[in-house]
Amino acid sequence: MTREKGNKYVLFLGCAIPYRESAYEISARQVFRRLGLEVEEMPEFNCCGNPIDPVSHEAMLALAARNLCLAERRGANIIALCPGCAGTLRKVNKTLKEDEKVREEVNHFLKEIGMEFKGTIDVKHLMQVLAEDVGLDKIKAAIKKPLSNLCVAEHSGCHVLRPIKYIGFDDPENPQVLKNLIRATGARVLEYQDEAQCCGAPIIGINQDIPTNLTGEKLSHMKEVGAQAVITVCPFCHMMFDTNQPRIERVVNKKFEMPALHYTQLLGLAMGFSPEELAIKELRVDASKLLAVINT
Amino acid sequence: MPQTKKSMKTEVKEEIKPKGEVREVMQPKVTEQKEACQKTVLRITPENARFKYELKKVPGAEKLMLCFQCGTCTADCPVSRYNDSYRPRKILRMAQLGIKDQVLKSDTIWLCAACFTCVDHCPQDVEIAGVLRALRNIAVKEGAMPLNFKELASAIMETGYAYKIPESRIKKREETALPTLPKGNLEDISKLFKVTGFSRILETSGGSN
Repeated sequence: MTREKGNKYVLFLGCAIPYRESAYEISARQVFRRLGLEVEEMPEFNCCGNPIDPVSHEAMLALAARNLCLAERRGANIIALCPGCAGTLRKVNKTLKEDEKVREEVNHFLKEIGMEFKGTIDVKHLMQVLAEDVGLDKIKAAIKKPLSNLCVAEHSGCHVLRPIKYIGFDDPENPQVLKNLIRATGARVLEYQDEAQCCGAPIIGINQDIPTNLTGEKLSHMKEVGAQAVITVCPFCHMMFDTNQPRIERVVNKKFEMPALHYTQLLGLAMGFSPEELAIKELRVDASKLLAVINT
Repeated sequence: MPQTKKSMKTEVKEEIKPKGEVREVMQPKVTEQKEACQKTVLRITPENARFKYELKKVPGAEKLMLCFQCGTCTADCPVSRYNDSYRPRKILRMAQLGIKDQVLKSDTIWLCAACFTCVDHCPQDVEIAGVLRALRNIAVKEGAMPLNFKELASAIMETGYAYKIPESRIKKREETALPTLPKGNLEDISKLFKVTGFSRILETSGGSN
């Protein structure tokens, strides 16, 4: 029986979050509990496969398919916090469901480890689960401390938006889902130039200048419209906006001092969690001024 | 009206006049012109055609030949704005011509950030980022794997994760009462890398910067 419409989730953490963005996980778990979102652990997941797609498409397919099979066995949909993982698993899931030739090839790989792709589950990014399955009404009902004196900019990131034929739950040209989720916390969302543009993070291992300039440009546009913080839903984008911000400031010779919060941290603050419970301290860019604004 | 035109012409002439010396330099001798032409002329061989068809078979690159060089991909590419040599349109053309060596050895194929803007915007529905990935996959098979990808792949083989998560992080998880991290089955990963042919590629391709 397909459980595609069920709301039972198994959490896919990926690599980047436990490696350097644990605040995202900590705050996400707090928010899930408060919303009553049932999220199970899967002790056997491996890397989603995305990082090695550039060097071997086949190995990526195999790694992704193994994760999908594990979730199928559990009879649960996958919720991923990282858009890279969500995008990859979602794309592979769709391809394997629809393309018989690729499915045959991948099932041949999976036979080696005693697995078979059946196509019985769905994969969603956190943002999609919050917007579609939990719903804005339920989120709004959980807000205890509306962040009405906060003006923020959003950065959805590429892999929750594009390619539209594989991801397709938001408009890549004019993304609205994250904006609506932010508005649900009571905060105001500011519009800025080139909102849907890439931060450049995926090529930082090859070239540092391009991502530095791209993120610097985005931070400049956000600053111009008076954003007090940037809200992300991706550990890689967050690394660019938060961890790398001091470096970007030096290179582009501008001061931003723009706190970058994971969306789950913003939502958690509006739900009344303390900054400690949301690991706000782990942010590199000082968020104390922001917290002061919230508390006034 | 004609009078104005005339006066404009003279103005232009006058403007160019002082630059006479430059003009002389800019006109190369006939032999130089010939040499320059020879450099840009491509002689397409059957091997080039073979490469083009081999590439077209790779998932993601199927629609390569539909590209009519409109340049939307390059115009909308965020990476191209900050890099003078990365031009997806140009790479697609090189791929269509099948000039294997030039395209595979070009460092620029590694600059695509996979933001997929070009994929969504292409009027011919060419999966440009897919073609780039196919080219990278082939370049790797020919022995050129950038060092950072070699590191990512090795980490997956040894730990199940693309990054080697330090002990301190794992300890900190326990302190903050986070559940134990999933442990990918390394035996499974090794088998999958073998059956997909990736183990062999990893062994034969040297990491390069």
